[in-house]
Amino acid sequence: MSDEFELDAIVEAGDGWIGEVPAGTLFRVTDLHGNQAVDTLLYDAHDYTNRYSAMDTIREQGAAYLTTGSVLLTVNGDTLATIVDDTCGRHDTLGGACSQESNVVRYGQHTRYQHSCRSTFVRKAKEWGRGLEKRDIAHNINFFMNVPLTADGGLTFEDGVSAPGKYVELRAERDLLLLVSNCPQLNNPCNGYDPTPIRLTGRRP
Amino acid sequence: MTGSYTIEIPGGAAESLRVRRHRTLTLRALGADPNVAMLIYALDDPTERLNVPDTLKAQMSARIKPPMTLMSDMGRALATVTDSSLDWHDAITGHSMSEQVEAKFGPSSYAADRNARRRSARDGLLDELWKHDLGARDLHANINFFTKAVPSGDERGTLTYVPGHASERDFVTLRTEIDVLVVLSTAPHPLNPSIVWNPAGVLLEIAGSTAPGPEDPARNWRAETSRSLELAERSYL
Repeated sequence: MSDEFELDAIVEAGDGWIGEVPAGTLFRVTDLHGNQAVDTLLYDAHDYTNRYSAMDTIREQGAAYLTTGSVLLTVNGDTLATIVDDTCGRHDTLGGACSQESNVVRYGQHTRYQHSCRSTFVRKAKEWGRGLEKRDIAHNINFFMNVPLTADGGLTFEDGVSAPGKYVELRAERDLLLLVSNCPQLNNPCNGYDPTPIRLTGRRP
Repeated sequence: MTGSYTIEIPGGAAESLRVRRHRTLTLRALGADPNVAMLIYALDDPTERLNVPDTLKAQMSARIKPPMTLMSDMGRALATVTDSSLDWHDAITGHSMSEQVEAKFGPSSYAADRNARRRSARDGLLDELWKHDLGARDLHANINFFTKAVPSGDERGTLTYVPGHASERDFVTLRTEIDVLVVLSTAPHPLNPSIVWNPAGVLLEIAGSTAPGPEDPARNWRAETSRSLELAERSYL
């Protein structure tokens, strides 16, 4: 992967971004207006089957939420990235990505034709090419999203813990392919009912 | 369908089964601290598969219990958890990898251990997936029947494995709602602290059932659960 690395992109509400992030660089996701869920997938840039695994990451850190110090693992147990800075405090990786079909289940048939993260994921994957397709869309991270788990086994989507300007920064521990969907969900509080743009920035430390 | 069959799956083994819709699939533990890591795929198109996040968020639960449906990424109920002696089955802690099993229990091989060789859930699941022309790209979050890892409710969402949660004679019954491919492993759960390799086997019973009627508990629990059944039914009209 190239030594040159510069990333500075605004991702509008409901849009996506896909691109490579070299090992050793830092990349940051900034919630420009607050309460915005940023659905994120990571892959080993040289082997897309070696992809982010939410459940392996959760089990190995012994905790459900992601924050500073969390090590993001692949399905094979390899380290993809480490969260090195986090002004939000915690991020979800159990809630998955919204889809048109899951919206029907959750909210009813009238939501079938609304935009969703999984459509963005699959579209961006297909545009990227190199064999990436729906089969490769694994369970994602939801930066800035608040999905509390309770000791009695409850799980709910609640109002965001984020605010304008909050960010999370990660160090790439290997060459990565980064796939982001800036969530268009309108039916629950994950985006404060008003999806807004986010910023992706990256640099060599 | 009339008739049924029962197979005994030893601990540490793997299995895959094609199951038509409206059958019951019952797992009965044959020993202490059993674990059944299960993946489920739509038989007619395995890119449609069990989606644990969709299943949990739609039913607002961090655990699998009756009368939840197990949902695919396409919103269809793959199966319904119709009955269980336990009110908590894990779905958020994945399954064991070979390196972890070797680090914990020591090296093992067929040459040394014959069919008592210690195999990870990953090895077993992949062996079965490959038989169906599936593979690593088709690995997704699995359910761990009989296992409980409880969240403490703290700031980090700390999870603690609960030893002794399940024992011999605990059971869970699923009713398939579409034609599915079920892939499972009976390797020990990776958070089970025991350093003695003695994974419990299970009895797996397949029997005929009927479509869920209007009084079925899954139709009368949550609207989301009921809608996932409707989406499954629509695909057979």
